Formats: sequence, C-alpha cells, structure tokens
Amino acid sequence: MDKSTEFERIEKRTRTKTAALRTVTYLLLTVWAVFVLFPFYWMILTSLKSYSAYNGEYIPTFFTLSPTLQNYTEAFTAVPLLRYFGNTLVFTLVTTAAMLVVTVLAAFAFSRLSFRGKNLAFTLFLSLMMIPNELVIITNFVTITNWDLRNTFPGLILPSVTSVFYIYLLKENFELIPEELYKAAKVDGASDFKYLWKVMIPICRPTVITITILKVIECWNSYVWPRLITDDENFFLVSNGIQAIRENGFGRENIPAMMAAVVAISVPLIILFLIFHKKIMAGVARGGTKG
Amino acid sequence: MKQSNLKAWLYLLPAILFLGIFMVYPLVDVFIYSFEEGYNSASQTVFGVGLYNYSFVLHDPYFLQAVKNTLILVVITVPLSTGFALLISVGLNSIKPLRNLYQTVYFLPYVTNTLAVGLVFMILFKKTAYTDGMVNLLIHAFGGETVDFIDGPYWAKMFVMCFYTVWVVLPFKILILTGALASVDQTYYNAARVDGTSKGRIFRRITLPMISPMIFYLVITGFIGAFKAYSDEVALFGTNLNAAGMNTIVGYVYDMLYGDSGGYPSYASAAALILFAIVLTITCVNLLVSKKTVVY
Repeated sequence: MDKSTEFERIEKRTRTKTAALRTVTYLLLTVWAVFVLFPFYWMILTSLKSYSAYNGEYIPTFFTLSPTLQNYTEAFTAVPLLRYFGNTLVFTLVTTAAMLVVTVLAAFAFSRLSFRGKNLAFTLFLSLMMIPNELVIITNFVTITNWDLRNTFPGLILPSVTSVFYIYLLKENFELIPEELYKAAKVDGASDFKYLWKVMIPICRPTVITITILKVIECWNSYVWPRLITDDENFFLVSNGIQAIRENGFGRENIPAMMAAVVAISVPLIILFLIFHKKIMAGVARGGTKG
Repeated sequence: MKQSNLKAWLYLLPAILFLGIFMVYPLVDVFIYSFEEGYNSASQTVFGVGLYNYSFVLHDPYFLQAVKNTLILVVITVPLSTGFALLISVGLNSIKPLRNLYQTVYFLPYVTNTLAVGLVFMILFKKTAYTDGMVNLLIHAFGGETVDFIDGPYWAKMFVMCFYTVWVVLPFKILILTGALASVDQTYYNAARVDGTSKGRIFRRITLPMISPMIFYLVITGFIGAFKAYSDEVALFGTNLNAAGMNTIVGYVYDMLYGDSGGYPSYASAAALILFAIVLTITCVNLLVSKKTVVY
C-alpha cells in the first residue's frame, strides 16, 4: 500500500513536470509565431487605416474601427504599381521558362547521353556552383550596358536564366530512372527528345515543380540585378518599385499607402505559398540555399 | 558515335552559352578589372596594371566601415540564428498537435519579398515627429528610454539590422533542422529511455551528434549568406547605405559599380575579390573544424 502511493506520487510529479515542459514549449513557439506574424498583421492593419487617422495617432493603435480601401486606390494610381506587377510577371515567367528549357536539356545530356568529355564538362559545371553572384555581376553589368540592353527585358532576363544547381538537382533525379526504359523507348523507335518529353519529365515532375517554384520565388524577390540594370521606372520590378516608393513615392509620410503597396506585392507569393506550402517546403528543404 | 557526340553537345549548348557568357567570362574579367589601374569606362582605357585598386579599397574608410558592419552582423546573427533555430526545432519536434500549423507559419518569411517586409520593420522601429513607433511604445511601456532605431545611434541601427536578418534567415534553418530531427532513428531514443537516460543527456549524446552534419551545413551557408548581406539593409536604411553608416561589403561593391558614387568597376572588382577571399577562407576553416567535430 505504502509502495503504491509512493509510486503514484512519483508518477504524478513526472506528469506535472512533463505538463510544465509542454506549456513552456507551446509558450515559446507561440511567442515566435507572434514575432513572425506581427509584421504581416501590422502592414495589413496600417494599409487599412486612413491617412489622417494614421498620422493622428501619436500612439499607434492595434486595431482600426473604420477600415478603408482608399490606400489601395492611392497605391495603384499614384505610382505605376500595376506596371511593376506586369513587369515582374513577364520577367518571372520568361526567366523561369527559359531556365526550365536550358536546365532540362543540360540535365538530359549529362544523365542519359554518352559523349566524349562528359565527366570533364560536368566537373566544370559543378565547380561553377561555388562562384558567388557578386563576383560575376560586375562584368555582366558592363556586358549588358555595352550591348545597349539597359532598361530592356532581355537585359533583365538573360543573366538571370541559368542555375547550375538546378541542372545538378535534375540530373541526379533523371539518373534514378532505370536505363531499361530508355532502351525500350529506343526499341520502340522514340527519338531522344520524345523520350525526354514523354517519359523523363513526367516521372520527374516533383523535381521539375520544385525548381520551378524556387525560381519563381527567386525572380519575384530579385532586387540587386534589376536595380543595377534599370533606372527607367517603366522597367522596374516590384522590389525596385517598392524601393522607389520608399525613397520618393507618395510623399514620405504617406505610410498607409506605402503599406498598401507592400501588401499588394506580398500577396501573390503568400497565396502561392498557402496553396503549395507542402511542395514549397519540401522543395526548399532539398534545394533551397537562402539563409 | 560521332553523331551522338554532336547531339549531346547540342543539348548542352544553351547551358554552355549562358554560363560561358554570364559566368565564366565574367569570372576571368573580374580579375582583369581588379588589376587594371585607372580604368575609364567612357574611353575604355587604362593607365597600367598593378595592385592600386586593392590598396585604394583597403584604405577607403567606407570599405572599412562596410567590413566592420558585415563582421559584426556575421558574428552576431550566425550563432544566434542557428541556436535559436535549434531551440525552436527541438520544441516543434516535441509536440504533436498544431505542429504543422506552427511549421507553416514559421516558414512564411521565406516566401516574402524582403524589401517589402523590410519597410514594415522600418516603420515598426522608426521614430518620427508624429509618432514614436510601435517598438518604442513597448520600450516606453516597460520604462525604457525611446530611441530611433533607423536614424539613431549606431548600436540601435545594428540591433535592427541583426534582428531583421535573424527574422529573415530563420525559416530556412528551422525547416532544415526539423527535417533533420525528424529523421533521427527512433530506436536510439527508445534504447536510451530503457536505460533511464535523462532528457538533457539524450539531447547532448544522441540528438546533437546525429544532426551535427546539418548544423554545420547551416553554419557554413549561414556564414556565406551573412557575408553577402545587402538587400535587407537597403530595405531598412534606404539605398544610400554609406550615409547611414550601415553599408555592407556587397553594398560597397554595388555602390562602386553604380549609383551616386558609382562608375568604378575596377574598385568594385577588387572589393568583390576581397570578399570572395574572406568567404572562401572562412568556409575552409569551417570545413576543417567540421571534419574534427561532426559525426557522420
């Protein structure tokens, strides 16, 4: 009898300890979640406050009772935000499409075709992975300027197309497909190109989707290269647009309109993320490098 | 055989063209630029060849300031973000309900435009004539002295910069570490529990060694990423980082190339190569250290 109460007491103490630990864990996790979400909440909140209401608050309030969409109208009319969107969309789509074509072709050559110098070529490709962008951007800037491609889409897109890492990722994936399939397709008289298109890409679709999404995120957020190569606001991407808005957009103090622009710019990627969050997170875990 | 050779190179041709023009050629060129003295981009002439560009950059107070800022940023944010990511990941790993929700929320900063969200941080931290700003409101509420984090003293600006950097890099680290933690073989834990091992001991003796390769991967990529910091700073302090005293090495390179003080590709090249040398050295040191301590 005595022993069993002792046992119960120990068990109870352990249970309280576990519960306490669990509470602390949840508390910590929630605190960080608030830190992550708060800027998003704040930008949406501010974008809904009217200009006068915002500037009238010496102490900012955490909610608004009279939300207004006025700032969004302002954001889309006072600066060519829609044009920035269009530019970014064109830039993202063309760059990603071109990247896919180049990457798939190269990965196919490295994984399925046998040719002289393959190993050497692949090693050279891999060694390019170590080259930081900052080192080559200087010459690219001069090259594009000399080609008279400043403030054009080709100038924006061309240097952003290739990623050695994606070629590597896709090549590894292609190699997992059994060689027999290739032989069978050859026997059936399928051309290499048809095999690539009808067999390899469908099988490797997850990887293709992964690199597509990663590239889209990269393009949508790219700032440095577009800033170097465009000074005509007709060719600004959203990042450059937001920076221009910050420096001289709505008049420095119209922060609600600024936040409306920030919300508008953030929303497309966040929607994309909410739809594909499993795929995106799995993809970044395999191939992401940011951070 | 000959024909298939040709075909293979044809498949590779687009990649080779792009990489050749925009990566291999620039790589050679940047070395040449960095040794050409007095390069004039208008007339495309040089005075001579030598180390003057390096010496100029190394004596430029703006560059030294940029190096100092970058080093402080690296030294503070890399250990802090890695440690914090580890803490959060261990927490995430120990809970069941809501885990996916938390994970998704934590990942959100990764997919946002850092320039855009940086503006929000600027507004939260900024102190203007009209308002003290959110953060200062909190500081005031806890009885502290309000301070302008965006145009104020150096340490305050450095604090925002580090805070924002950690905020931006954490999603990736948390994602990688939760993945690593989830893949640790459960039988080790079960065995340890049978032996009555304490939680702290399990963490130090099993968890840490098992995920140490991933931690080192994050430290290395973290170092590289932090040394290349630039757009986060632009988001917080504006494009004229030299005036704000918050420039980074990469920012210095771009300023030399383009912008108000731009037009000097030679100086930019020299600075970029110095950066590359620093990053390469630190990566090698990291790899050496990891060889000694990481369990594979």
